[in-house]
Amino acid sequence: MSESPPQDNQPLEIKASHVAREWKHDAPMLGCRYHPDGKHVFSSSMDHSIRRWDLEKDEHAVFRGHESWLRGIGFSPDGKQMYSAGYEGRLCFWDAMATAGEDEAIAPLRSIEAHQGWIRWLAVSPNGKIVATAGNDLKVKLWSTESGELVRDLPGHEKHIYSLMFHPNNEFLLSGDLAGVVKQWQLSDGKLLRSFDAKPLHTYHGGQQVDYGGVRCMSLSADGKQLAFGGLHKATNPFAGVQEPLVLVFDWEKGEQIRTHEATEIPRGIVWRLIFEPDGMLLSGVGGEAGYVIFWNEEKTDSHKFKLPSPVLDLDRHPQNPEVVVANHDGGLRIVRMTKPA
Amino acid sequence: MKCRYACQSPEHIVARRGFLGTLAAGAGGALGLGALVQPEAAAEIAAKKRRVLSIFLSGGVSQLESFDPKPGTLNGGPFRAIPTSVPGTHICELLPKTAEQMHRISLIRTVNTNNNDHGLSRYQVERGHKKTPTSDFPHIGAVVAKGLDEGSSLPGHIHVSSGAGSRSSNSAYLGPKYGSIGVGTKGGLRNSELPGGMTATVNDQRQAFRRATDERFLQRRRTAETDAYVQSHEQALQLMNNRDIFDVTKEPEKLAERYGQFDLGKQCLLARRLLENDISFVQVSHSNYDTHAENFNFHIEQLGEFDQAYSVLIDDLAERGMLDSTLVVVLTEFGRTPRINRKYGRDHWGRGFSIALAGCGIQPGGVVGKMSDDGTDIADREVKPADLFHTYLRAIGLDPTSDFDVGGRAIPMADPTGHAVEELLA
Repeated sequence: MSESPPQDNQPLEIKASHVAREWKHDAPMLGCRYHPDGKHVFSSSMDHSIRRWDLEKDEHAVFRGHESWLRGIGFSPDGKQMYSAGYEGRLCFWDAMATAGEDEAIAPLRSIEAHQGWIRWLAVSPNGKIVATAGNDLKVKLWSTESGELVRDLPGHEKHIYSLMFHPNNEFLLSGDLAGVVKQWQLSDGKLLRSFDAKPLHTYHGGQQVDYGGVRCMSLSADGKQLAFGGLHKATNPFAGVQEPLVLVFDWEKGEQIRTHEATEIPRGIVWRLIFEPDGMLLSGVGGEAGYVIFWNEEKTDSHKFKLPSPVLDLDRHPQNPEVVVANHDGGLRIVRMTKPA
Repeated sequence: MKCRYACQSPEHIVARRGFLGTLAAGAGGALGLGALVQPEAAAEIAAKKRRVLSIFLSGGVSQLESFDPKPGTLNGGPFRAIPTSVPGTHICELLPKTAEQMHRISLIRTVNTNNNDHGLSRYQVERGHKKTPTSDFPHIGAVVAKGLDEGSSLPGHIHVSSGAGSRSSNSAYLGPKYGSIGVGTKGGLRNSELPGGMTATVNDQRQAFRRATDERFLQRRRTAETDAYVQSHEQALQLMNNRDIFDVTKEPEKLAERYGQFDLGKQCLLARRLLENDISFVQVSHSNYDTHAENFNFHIEQLGEFDQAYSVLIDDLAERGMLDSTLVVVLTEFGRTPRINRKYGRDHWGRGFSIALAGCGIQPGGVVGKMSDDGTDIADREVKPADLFHTYLRAIGLDPTSDFDVGGRAIPMADPTGHAVEELLA
């Protein structure tokens, strides 16, 4: 078992958010995840590497096994294994706490050529038995974390699949695609149970003849009653990235959209990551021309934007402490404390 | 459909005029009546019909995601390089079918327009000269059409597009006869049928009357403009009489499937049909590569179409024995910045990008030029647009150092400062 996360009982004060720590890498960051122990952050960057940052010792280790960019990183519940999925279509299993000699990189325990084309998202089931991947071959695939074997293939999307999320009850998986279609799959038999219509997150631009947008991320509220999808809308010029961020919130039971969150004052923004706080507030990592952590609450009041020096391409919530880690385009990996500065 | 560019530059928002309704418009240029200064060259060309197909990737395709990948570097992006049918030559994994045809293709990886403006850079690539306020130069299609003109009744310079087609005054001093005629892929040649109720006999009679009155007028007031007027009428009639060759639906369904049931696939198939019917120059275009944001997503989509259509086209031309006499060039106005911007995009980059050539007069399987490892600098063998122009002309048997006779004036066929890329010529 992993050690207990460090305890931090400071109250959440979003308007006091500030960058508490940062590390700079010479390649733009692409993804970031807290390790379950809360003492390490794993990041991915455009140099095709994964880095494990020790938050206490200020050291990092390098993992190499991909030949492309990657944004998909996940962990077994006990934190011993790390899983990663790259744009070359490869799924890798790693010893998360492995070490290597000086100037050496840690190699994967197992590599699987999992998809044709990009794997855009990776998710690990809450019980740790399944790792799910999805990508440009329009397939969702379920893999055994024990054997690495393919457990199930879930075809059915008609556009590139952008995001995945396991339901905490280990019974369902959700997958969202470029067209704004979100499918709910039953894990026991692979049956498609229903679809959510998140089409406001998709734009077909006739002038430029392109599909754009998509369900870039999703999150389920702690009480399981609300489901949020993030991305963009108002894409008047996709090739130039002229758009605005958008979040759609659905009622889980009814499958109906119940509200939206917009940020009209952030032109060219994209929501890359959404996480529900236990009280229902939504945290989001927003990229585009600039970078923000945006906080939205259910009443659409008292929301807050915290600006960062560079576009945010990913965000993750500390397992317990009132802080998030953000991956920035300028190579920065930043810890944003959502409390008053010490 | 006219494609909109990200940067909204004037080059990309000028609507073209309608086609058959304005055939006579823009007829102010001097007439070059197809005669080369060197008549022996014309006889030589007639011995073997040669043609040119230009595939223009509009907006500026990324060289790193196409013909000059830099995998494993910070500028390289997410895609891998793949081997091709030419040992040692690698291209981007987005072009797997093209990779299989590489033994028929050569690359130039160091084209430098030194210009990041869509319109100005495109002008250089297509006309072999820099644009100046005081002069205008003909499109390569006009030069080829005139240089290879054997007195064919059909136009020698066709631009295929997804829309209805239009006529362009891009022939400069070569005169409107060599300006491009636009043809769409939908429904063949539009407005080319006789009006309802008019029989062929009646039409012949009215054309005979027009010719008689024209002739009477020309006996006293013949000018370049009146010649252009007459030519436009005659060219339109020939287009009407040969309308079937412009109808891509006449091609076998299976072949159309191979080329791809998307616009570029249809354009390439129509282009091959036109070349097969002795049109000297055909240009197709594929939009859009002006990807300042999400460059990699968009290149997956766009190059997927290009890869299929282009590879099948090369294969089809080879199977029909046409590749030896058809020069196929893949052009773009510039490349894209090696540096990846904050929106996962790449911006305009005229200082070192790639084009591909295949077929007539080209040594296959070659690679000319080398960019630095990070793709930012030309490390070896800079090639300028004027050099490309000379290379195209030499490849199809024309002498770019010769002159056109334009109304009694000798005008250089190509920019005299340019030099053909000799190592690429067969």
